Amino acid sequence: MADSAERGTRAVAAPVREAARAADALPFERQGAYERLRDGLRAYRLISAMWIRSTMAYRASFAMTAFGNFAATALDFVAILLMFSRVDRLGGYSLPEVALLYGLSGTAFGLADLGLGSMDRLGRRVRDGTFDTLLVRPVPVIAQVAADRFALRRLGRITQGLLVLGYALVVLDIHWTPLKVLVIPMALLSGAAIFSAVFVAGAAFQFVAQDASEVQNSFTYGGNTLLQYPPTVFSKDLLRGVTFVLPLAFVNWLPALYVLGRPYPLDLPTWVAFTPPLVAACCCVPAGFAWRAGLRAYRSTGS
Amino acid sequence: MGTARLYAAVAGSGFRRYATYRVATAAGVFTNTVFGLILAYLFIALWDVKPHLGGYDEAQALSYVWLSQALLMVVAMMGGGFEDELIERIRTGDIAIDLYRPADLQMWWLAQDVGRALFHLLGRGVVPLLFGALVFDLALPSDPLTWLAFLVAVALGVVVGFSIRYLVALSAFWLLDGAGVAQLTSIAGIFCSGMLLPLNVFPGALGEVVRTLPWSALIQAPVDVLLGTADPLGTYVTQGAWALGLLAAGRLVQSVATRRVVVQGG
Repeated sequence: MADSAERGTRAVAAPVREAARAADALPFERQGAYERLRDGLRAYRLISAMWIRSTMAYRASFAMTAFGNFAATALDFVAILLMFSRVDRLGGYSLPEVALLYGLSGTAFGLADLGLGSMDRLGRRVRDGTFDTLLVRPVPVIAQVAADRFALRRLGRITQGLLVLGYALVVLDIHWTPLKVLVIPMALLSGAAIFSAVFVAGAAFQFVAQDASEVQNSFTYGGNTLLQYPPTVFSKDLLRGVTFVLPLAFVNWLPALYVLGRPYPLDLPTWVAFTPPLVAACCCVPAGFAWRAGLRAYRSTGS
Repeated sequence: MGTARLYAAVAGSGFRRYATYRVATAAGVFTNTVFGLILAYLFIALWDVKPHLGGYDEAQALSYVWLSQALLMVVAMMGGGFEDELIERIRTGDIAIDLYRPADLQMWWLAQDVGRALFHLLGRGVVPLLFGALVFDLALPSDPLTWLAFLVAVALGVVVGFSIRYLVALSAFWLLDGAGVAQLTSIAGIFCSGMLLPLNVFPGALGEVVRTLPWSALIQAPVDVLLGTADPLGTYVTQGAWALGLLAAGRLVQSVATRRVVVQGG
């Protein structure tokens, strides 16, 4: 694995050059927001495609690691199954209801992890000085960092989340309305955006604290673990924190409780179940500012 | 006496090596505390429904949460210790140089891993446990002898954890790439060590099977010694048997593997 990754590094220059050529038409500073976004996405696509090619050079290894990714995340759900083998309800919720929470959060997190999961490598790049190479390329830095070692094996996590979500939707006896049907895909996409904002903000934090990627993990992986269980399990203070300060509750708790027809433990009106897209947008803006501030404050190690 | 001093020095270097990463250690303490909090609330909800689940009362279950967070990095059941480096040395062939050295390969890496474990016990174990004890009602004993008995069980758990990962690393002699085996072992380790749930909460035959596997020596056994829910001597015998058996297996595999290296011409 490490081997294929190393070999791939040498091939990185070509897609980056290609992406840079597209950006060359206009001086970088004078580009509008739209052009920059387009170039960023293009660069992201090219670099991640390069990493996919590099991984596919060792197909057996890819299959194994993708399965490993699937199995490792599935263990979380096995733990929930084990708990439900001893109790009928957890925080007043049945197994299919917990599965709905788990499936929504797991899939949303999986999408963010596939897209931006490599961003926790930023600290290492800052430490060993290779981050500087990203700065001199005329390609948006965030696209390079996000696509760095793009790992298709992370599809394993999404697959697992979707399977549990599918199980929940089949087993649960929900009185479906068009609005409830709409809430599910909305929650998945907004949840992915909220987690993405956390990934970006975490990466920005690593400009300051270079080897503190575990802090980022506790908000990403830890947040995902938290959301897999019913909100009734946790204390009111913790719920206030993840609703009003770091709005993780909007990833799955609020939309899912609307679908299940259950009240949220904090006194909130029903319509908040439809606010996740708005909340996601509100998360992405400060995360973007944090990223820019981090990038501007970056001083090379000089090594 | 000379060899004992050598391995003590190697252990010291292992300790210092991990002690260098202070920010990473602080970040790790933060992570252990966050996961400890999530699990603690979850266990309260579980024990609320079934007050004596797995033979623990709620305070014991909460102690289990914080002790397992404290021991997570010490026994390194998720990997991340010496084995990555050893796999790399096997892959690149540097292992041939190690085999010429006048020190025993297995003992050398064991000493290093003991140093690492000692650092993680102090660096990443104490603070989350203190935090848990301040915020929740834990069932921690006040008798220093019980804590001493606990530390012996932790030490045996570290040796068992090491010997499993040593076998994983040696698999690189045949597979060259140890990533797949390391990943599978870490999945088995998380599941069977009691990291997800105490092993005595596992239902029926599955519970009996996981309790007899070597991974139960890593977290379940030391915690039970501290909580007084297992007899220390009996626990030591089981842990010690696994440690000796797996170390011997490591030696056997190592001798087969090194013969292979010689056949290949190093």
